[in-house]
Amino acid sequence: MTSVTTAPAPRDDVVEDTGARRHALTVAGLCIAVGLAAVVLFGLTATSDQVSTLLMNPRGVDTIPDVELPTQIAAFVLGFGAIALGVRSLQVVDPKITVFFGGALGLFALALVIWAARDGTGAFYGLIAGSVQRATPIALGAIAGLLCERTGVINIAIEGMMLAAAFGAAITASATGSLWIGLLCGILTGALFGAIHAVISIRYEVDQIVGGTFINIFALGMTSYLTVRVLVQYSDLNQPGTFRPFEVPLLVEIPFLGPLLFSQNVFGFLMFGLVAFLAWALFNTRWGLRVRSVGEHPRAADTVGISVRFIRYRNVIFGGMVAGIGGAWFTLGSAGRFDQNMTNGKGFIALAAMIFGRWHPVGALIAALVFGFSEQLNDYLALLDTPIPSEFLLMAPYVVTIVVVAGLVGRPRVPAANGQVYRSGG
Amino acid sequence: MTAPPAEAPEVLPPEAVDPLAGAPHDREAGFGGAVRDIVKGLIGPLLAILTALIVGALIIVFTDPDTLEAWGSFFSAPGTALSDSWDLIATSYRALFDSSLGSQRALARTLVQSTPLILVGLSVALAFKAGLFNIGGAGQLIVGAMAAAWVGFTFDLPQVVHLPLALVAGTIGGGLWGATIGFLKARTGAHEVITSIMLNFVALRLLDYALSTDTFRRPGRTDPISPEMPESVRLPVPIDSFRVHLGFVLALLVAWGCWWLLQRTTIGFRMRAVGANAHAARYAGMGVAATTVLSMGIAGGLAGLGGTTILLGSTPRLTGGFFASVGFDAIALALLGRASPIGVVGAGLLFGALQAGSTGMQAQTSTPIDIIFVIQALIILFVAAPAIVRTVWRVKETRLGAGQRFSAGWGAQ
Repeated sequence: MTSVTTAPAPRDDVVEDTGARRHALTVAGLCIAVGLAAVVLFGLTATSDQVSTLLMNPRGVDTIPDVELPTQIAAFVLGFGAIALGVRSLQVVDPKITVFFGGALGLFALALVIWAARDGTGAFYGLIAGSVQRATPIALGAIAGLLCERTGVINIAIEGMMLAAAFGAAITASATGSLWIGLLCGILTGALFGAIHAVISIRYEVDQIVGGTFINIFALGMTSYLTVRVLVQYSDLNQPGTFRPFEVPLLVEIPFLGPLLFSQNVFGFLMFGLVAFLAWALFNTRWGLRVRSVGEHPRAADTVGISVRFIRYRNVIFGGMVAGIGGAWFTLGSAGRFDQNMTNGKGFIALAAMIFGRWHPVGALIAALVFGFSEQLNDYLALLDTPIPSEFLLMAPYVVTIVVVAGLVGRPRVPAANGQVYRSGG
Repeated sequence: MTAPPAEAPEVLPPEAVDPLAGAPHDREAGFGGAVRDIVKGLIGPLLAILTALIVGALIIVFTDPDTLEAWGSFFSAPGTALSDSWDLIATSYRALFDSSLGSQRALARTLVQSTPLILVGLSVALAFKAGLFNIGGAGQLIVGAMAAAWVGFTFDLPQVVHLPLALVAGTIGGGLWGATIGFLKARTGAHEVITSIMLNFVALRLLDYALSTDTFRRPGRTDPISPEMPESVRLPVPIDSFRVHLGFVLALLVAWGCWWLLQRTTIGFRMRAVGANAHAARYAGMGVAATTVLSMGIAGGLAGLGGTTILLGSTPRLTGGFFASVGFDAIALALLGRASPIGVVGAGLLFGALQAGSTGMQAQTSTPIDIIFVIQALIILFVAAPAIVRTVWRVKETRLGAGQRFSAGWGAQ
């Protein structure tokens, strides 16, 4: 920096600045590394006469033509695009800079998708549609998490809440023969577990991570126990069936996006609806302001007459209900039956999506789509016989989350009072 | 009605103002003192276990189709419902007891089961002491077992060398996995709960991947299973009629070692100081970052060793998902043992007995094994929330102590 040897007084803005500088360099370096990887792994390994065909329509529809691309050129363009993003990111001021890394990763993923389809046909529409499908429970779980954490209650029990709700939805739907009653009971099961979490962490002031661990283990043990005890014997209690997709008239005619977004079952619509509603409500309504104030500074909220405990109870239960929708997806929206431990860590991926999405509904949705994509990419690549071990793709969401919480691409801002017990007047 | 003023100080018994009343292990005078304190502190955990067993019994009764039928005709034949319920509970818990402590074989099974539980429980407990919540036991024990397995089937050495080498490899493997969590926390402030959950899944996938490669997969098999561990790395069973391998003795020694480390060494003092108040520790000139990394490294090593004792003891092969659940059981038993080494040994024996007994219970009474996890979860809850137990049993607050806090929010460092 300078050659002055007298110790300068430490100044906050200088520290900030070097921190931001280092952060910018990290992002740029990561972008360039990703771009180079795309060029080397996909561009140089393809030959100039190879062509990738990407299917752009769902089965039986033919609204837009399929895309044919020269593999090598496409990989080079995308790889150098990522490198360009890295170089460009150096000239941009914080904090939007992380977007560049996201963009670079996106280009890398696209290059991978095209490269995998060289000399073949890749089901591109299927890949995207499958990603949205798989993202649905993750996004719902992440919303459940952020509803709790925005009020300062840590929720690592998303997994347990979803598992319990999946079970509750499956047996009630089977017993009543109505999927809607099943969904309702799934939501109620979620609400019940949300209420348990709320009572444990707010009334009894138990460490919220311990409380969440309790719910996770309890839900897994209880549903497994009941599966062996009841469902094995009475197998007709485990045949709920699944919701059929519903097509929104007119909108479904839009090429590509129409069938993708407007031909889904109820869970997809609920998920997108909740994301849109909460993205608005959290930041534009009195409710949202109260929720955020309780999560950031409960003392201040209490001082102006907001009941911290009431807001927390309400949101944790509400979060449980959303987790309930996410849980019902497993049985009523996807598998059509309950299996032991069927959420299989999705609740933790949802937790990751919440953090990755920085406690924002839209961020959570984007993160969920990214994670859903990395899962669906497995199927896509398996169909194309690509020699990439699926385990590493399945690892990606977890590694990305570690990178995010470690602040390598910008540190997420956590609700300030997250995990703190609040006693009024204490 | 005229109370003499001299009695006034007695209104506040010493325990009530002692901030460590809920953590008796922190003021022990020696190993004997630790035992005395633990006995005094036993009442809370015992009530928690009792409450959990009662709730478990209610769950068993009200999910049994036959018994439910009896309850359906409760008003015509109330005796049947009650006696059926009692019979069901009695036979279930009887079977649980018989197959965990009822015979020499059962007792041996219990001790073998509790070996990894104690070790991984020590891992969680030690991390607690340093103010860290190690949910990552599952990942650490998997990575440790992978390292030990690799040593096991790669080298051909005499037992004197091979077995210690495998144990060390397992410890180092788990230790590095754990130290990663500590490093991320110390260097970047990433919360250890999130990173350890994520690293658990990474470890699971890593194991899946390893078992799909030629290095780890058993020759001639397509399913994810490793070669059998050779005899030269197996933990020896000294007494033929009482089949407990030496891993159990090792676990007890390690528990003593943990107590010694925490109470008798500078490193242990640093760990406890950082755990009690990181700011004060930093102000006192202790290296908080180094202590965090070291604590997680040791904790990971203990979990790795725990996984290794499974691999070299009861289940001499790696399979997908290798005993990941032990990592979660360990959290429950570290809470139950109030994060003290001797408490963890006791809790580990209890959980070992529950798990050894549950298999017998399922075989004899058709009560599914999974009820054990429900009971374990309830134990976590009741230990962590003594207020609930107090309400149920109407015990005074000071006898049970307050609930403990184990971790700060995501953002706090």
